[in-house]
Parts: sequence; C-alpha cells; structure tokens
Amino acid sequence: MTTVAVKPATMAQALGRAMRDAMAQDPTVHVMGEDVGTLGGVFRITDGLAKEFGEDRCTDTPLAEAGILGAAVGMAMYGLRPVVEMQFDAFAYPAFEQLISHVAKMRNRTRGAMPLPITIRVPYGGGIGGVEHHSDSSEAYYVATPGLHVVTPATVEDAYGLLRASIASDDPVVFLEPKRLYWSKAQWNPETPAAVPGIGKALVRRTGTSATLITYGPSLPVCLEAAEAAREEGWDLEVVDLRSLVPFDEDTVVASVRRTGRAVVVHEANGFGGPGAELVARIQEKCFHHLEAPVLRVTGFDIPYPPPMLEKHHLPGVDRILDTVARLQWEN
Amino acid sequence: MTVQELPGAGASHRSTPPPAWRPRTDAAPLLPDPEPYRVLGTPAAEKLDPELMRRCYAELVRGRRYNAQATALTKQGRLAVYPSTVGQEACEIAAALVLEEQDWLFPSYRDTLAAVARGLDPVQALTLLRGDWHTGYDPREHRIAPLSTPLATQLPHAVGLAHAARLRGDDVVALALVGDGGTSEGDFHEALNFAAVWQAPVVFLVQNNGFAISVPLAKQTAAPTLAHKAVGYGMPGRLVDGNDIAAVHEVLSEAVRRARAGGGPTLIEAVTYRIEAHTNADDATRYRGDAEVEAWKAHDPVQLLERELTARGMLDEAGIQEAKDAAEVMAATLRERMNAEPVLDPMDLFENVYAEQTGRLREQAEMLRAELDAEEQS
Repeated sequence: MTTVAVKPATMAQALGRAMRDAMAQDPTVHVMGEDVGTLGGVFRITDGLAKEFGEDRCTDTPLAEAGILGAAVGMAMYGLRPVVEMQFDAFAYPAFEQLISHVAKMRNRTRGAMPLPITIRVPYGGGIGGVEHHSDSSEAYYVATPGLHVVTPATVEDAYGLLRASIASDDPVVFLEPKRLYWSKAQWNPETPAAVPGIGKALVRRTGTSATLITYGPSLPVCLEAAEAAREEGWDLEVVDLRSLVPFDEDTVVASVRRTGRAVVVHEANGFGGPGAELVARIQEKCFHHLEAPVLRVTGFDIPYPPPMLEKHHLPGVDRILDTVARLQWEN
Repeated sequence: MTVQELPGAGASHRSTPPPAWRPRTDAAPLLPDPEPYRVLGTPAAEKLDPELMRRCYAELVRGRRYNAQATALTKQGRLAVYPSTVGQEACEIAAALVLEEQDWLFPSYRDTLAAVARGLDPVQALTLLRGDWHTGYDPREHRIAPLSTPLATQLPHAVGLAHAARLRGDDVVALALVGDGGTSEGDFHEALNFAAVWQAPVVFLVQNNGFAISVPLAKQTAAPTLAHKAVGYGMPGRLVDGNDIAAVHEVLSEAVRRARAGGGPTLIEAVTYRIEAHTNADDATRYRGDAEVEAWKAHDPVQLLERELTARGMLDEAGIQEAKDAAEVMAATLRERMNAEPVLDPMDLFENVYAEQTGRLREQAEMLRAELDAEEQS
C-alpha cells in the first residue's frame, strides 16, 4: 500500500497548484499577466505553468492592466476562461474601467447571452513591509460593484478550493489573495485536496459563546490568536471566516451572532465605507433583538495606507481586537 | 566636471551603441501615405467591381435613410438619443461588408449603422438607444460585440477575441471601430500595443469625423495623422478618404486579408466628417461654421459613388430609384416597429446579474414584487 505523504504546503503553492490542476483539466483555462510566465510571477505563484502548458496558456503580457483585463474580456467572449494576475492591489486600478464597465456588466447587458468567466487574482493587503501602492485593501471597491463575485481565502486549503471554484465559475470573480499569508503553511495533500465549500459560504473557524469575531483573509489568523488570548480574560470567542464577500453568507453570520449576542467585525481595509459597515448594518437589521451590545468594528484607520515602518500601528492587531471585545460589556 | 570630461564621453563612446539596442524594423513601410487614399474620381476607379459597387450604393442609400429615420425617432421621443452617422456611411457600410460571417465587429455607440449593415435587426440594434435594454441582441449569434459607450474600451476586447480565435486555430478576424476622440484614451494605446505584440488578427478603423463632441482634432492630438500612431506600435498605418467607399473597402479588405493570413494588425484612419450634431443633445453651431459643413456636404459619400457609377454606366436612373424604394420600405418598417411600445417586465432587473441569484437580490426582488402587486391592486 502506498501512502501519499502529507507535506506542509504554503498558500502560494496551493494557489499555483489550483491553476495547474484547472489548466490540466480544462484546455480553455488561460493564465495571463505581467511576469507570470518565465519568472513565475513576482510571488512565484504561477511558477512552472508556462513550462508545463506553454506560453500560449500562461502568457507574459505587456505591462498594462486595462489591456490585460480588456484582452481577457475578448478571450472570454470567445469561450476561454482567463485567469489574470494584477500583481499588486494598487496596480489593479488602471483596469477598473474594464472591470466595472464591462467585466461586471456583460452578463447583465446582454441579458445572459454573454457571461464572462474571468478570474482576477489580486494580491492584496499589508503587513509585508511593502512600499507605497503595494499594500492596499481594495475590497470595498469590488464589493460595491454589482456583477462581481469577491472571494478571499485565509487558509491553504481554501486557497486551493476557492481558486478552483472561481476558475470554474461562469461569472467573473475578484480573487483577493492575502499576500502576507502566501508563506503560511499547513499540512496539505495536493493529490487529494480536501473538499472545501465553494463561493458564498462562510465557515465558523472556532466555536465560542461570548461573542463572534467576523473576519476574512489576512485578519483570520489575527482573530484566531486574539480568541486564544481572550480565554485568559474569560471570553470564549467564536470566529467566523467569511471567505466570500459577494455573495455574503448572511445565514452563517446571523446564526452565530444570535447565538453569542455580541459581534465585532475585523478587517484591514479602512473602516469608513468598508465592508464592515455593510456587515454591521446587516447584523443590526437581522439580530437586533438578540444583541447585548452594539456591533463594533476593528479596521484599518481611515488613512491612505501608511509607510511600512508605521503599518503595524494601522493594521488591526490582537491587542486592538481584545480592547474592542472588552467594550462589548455594555452597561447603560 | 563637464560632460566632455566624463569617462567614456565623446565620439568614440557614441559610435558604439549599448549592446541591447537596435531598431527592430525599418519604420518606412509602416508609415501612411501623406494623402488619404482615394479611388472614386481617380484612374483607380477603372478597376471597380460593378456588382460590389452597386451593393455598396444600395447600402449607402439605405444607410442614409436609416440615419434620417433614427434621427426622426429621437424627435418623436421614440429614441432617448441617436448619434448620427450622416456623412460617415461609407465607413460604416464598408466595415460591415468586408467581414466574413465568422468574423467579429466591435462597434462603438455611434456604429449602429455598421451593425445593421452587417445584418442585425434594426430594432435590436436600437434597443440601447431606445432605453428598453442595454444590448438588444445575442453578440455571439451575430458576431457583433455590444455597442460600447465607454470610449475605446471595446478595442482590447477585439484584440483578446482575435487572439483567442487564433489560439484555437479558427479563421476569425476582428474589426474594431473607434472615433478620433477615442484615440486619446489609454485603452486605445493598450489595445494597439497588445495587438502588435501578439500579432493578433485585428483591424482598427478610426473614423476621424473631425470632432469629439465639440473638440476638434487639432486639440485632440499633435500627431501628423492618427494613422501615424501605428508606427509606434509596429503595425502599418493607412490613411484613407472615409467618404470614398471604394477606397475604404479596398484598404479595409487588404488589412483584413493581411490579418487573416497571419500578418498581424493594421491601424486605418478614415478621414470623414460628422454632418449632423454629436447627438440630439448637442448644438454643433457653437463649435463650427456652416461653411465647413457645406464644404463637406459637397464631398458626400452617397453622391461621390453615385456620380462615379452613373458616369461609368454601372448605375442608371432605374437602379437609383430601386435603391431609394428599398430604403423607403426599410424606413417605413422601422418606423412602424419602433412605434410599438416595448413591453418590459420590471422583475427582469434582477435577472442576469449573476448566473445564480444571490440572497440579497432575491430579497430585493421580493420587495419590488410586493410594490408591483400593491400598485396593481390600487
């Protein structure tokens, strides 16, 4: 009997493996972007794809994000499934007109005749010491655009499973990759990847009774760490990983908050107009009579992303989460 | 230290270029001729194909009538807006006629006529402008991309589609239409650059009609011509008289042939003029004089072809009348069909946002359903 060794794999490797497996299974899957071919991407996520599938399937494009996404639209119109890489969060902005005016709307404006199965991979968020324009959390722009799915993995398994689901989706998916988790490892067997829920399902990563932390992507490990630390304070925290921002799994969130009666939303993106604002609104609409305290948020400050030497003060950390949880003992 | 004193400075240094530098091609074959290419009224007209030209004539007459009818429909409130192509019909018709069935057309919002000339139902083509839906047809069925309202954003789509077709080994050419104003957009640059690097089978036709709403070409670009931009991308640029359908057809055909044969993209600038205002919301007298418009009317695409064909005995009074009659039938049918009120279902608002409706959209659909039911009962 042969046993396949379960080795520690990084999120970066799982993402690459997801593209490789999708390409092997479906000849219409094409990977494209700046540096994705010979170099294997600046984060090496696409390493080996050009060698295995040829440059026609994993293509180094000119350096032009609107052109990359615009060409992907045309390729999808002809029946291909492009997977485009935007290299860094803030580099995606030149492609916003294509994204918003065409990618998000093509199914709707053609009344279903022309869906666009495009996956847009965007490494996002801070915490890696990147200089200006390399650390934005731009998810609010994406979630505010009807017609796009927006997903973000926080675990190695989800990196694989959600990317496979995104590539298989007949709708465009903005796939936000928490770049500071690229090198996080887990025991993971690429030959038999565990089945994880697809787009639109949140997961309770830790059960608890005192309050619910609702989070996603790069803030999940921070929230889990905070939940462990909170035990010392007598708090038993539940942690919900959204995984998918659009569609948003309201049922899982509402069920958890109704159980615990208290909630804190945690994300790196700026608080004002951020995804947390929408989540808090939905929670108070659906859980008002179950709440023991106002729903609070721990988010990045409402500032342009700070220089790397100051980013630790901006990003939601364990202490700020615990301080906020302490404020849930509402008495007036 | 002066420049001359720098180590390595001076003539000997300049005579040895750095190792990686060399020009890739001789730019001369890419450059457009200084004068727009013309056929009508020149000796080249002797080689005209009578059958093709009679078809072009019938389409031009029909196109002119279509423009008049669509403009009338805006005055009657049947169309929210209509960007006229009066004066530009030769470009629109030639673009439609040079394509094979499997080829794709990528029109801008002004190019309804090209879509109709390609065979699209005129009512479906006008759906966007009437306001009952954004795109009134299945793009795959007709191989006509949705009319693009954002400027030049359809150009990279044309490149991607042409590239994808070539990767699949299919014999498909994409023809993308854009105006002079659209050439200033970033997407124009990115599309042309991608097309040339990928050697995609795509043809870009710029209809230089003189104005981007009110801004004249001189304030749009400092390039010698828009066709000259091609050389910067490494593709041929061609300059053609956009009111001369024989010339536009020939130049487009050559570019399409070249693309089909694997020769890569071409940028064509057709010099034409927008006789009418940008749309019914525009007052063209604020930015141009009557004399200029009248001068261009004397260079009318329909008249140019009619004169040439009658002089050469390829068209007679009966042929002219036949084209007019066919155009009147088209206009009457269009008028009648456009006078019928479109029947809309508000619940369609929630369809086709996603393959599968989200919970949020289901909730909102229920809210609207309840509002509609309440309205019905009151």
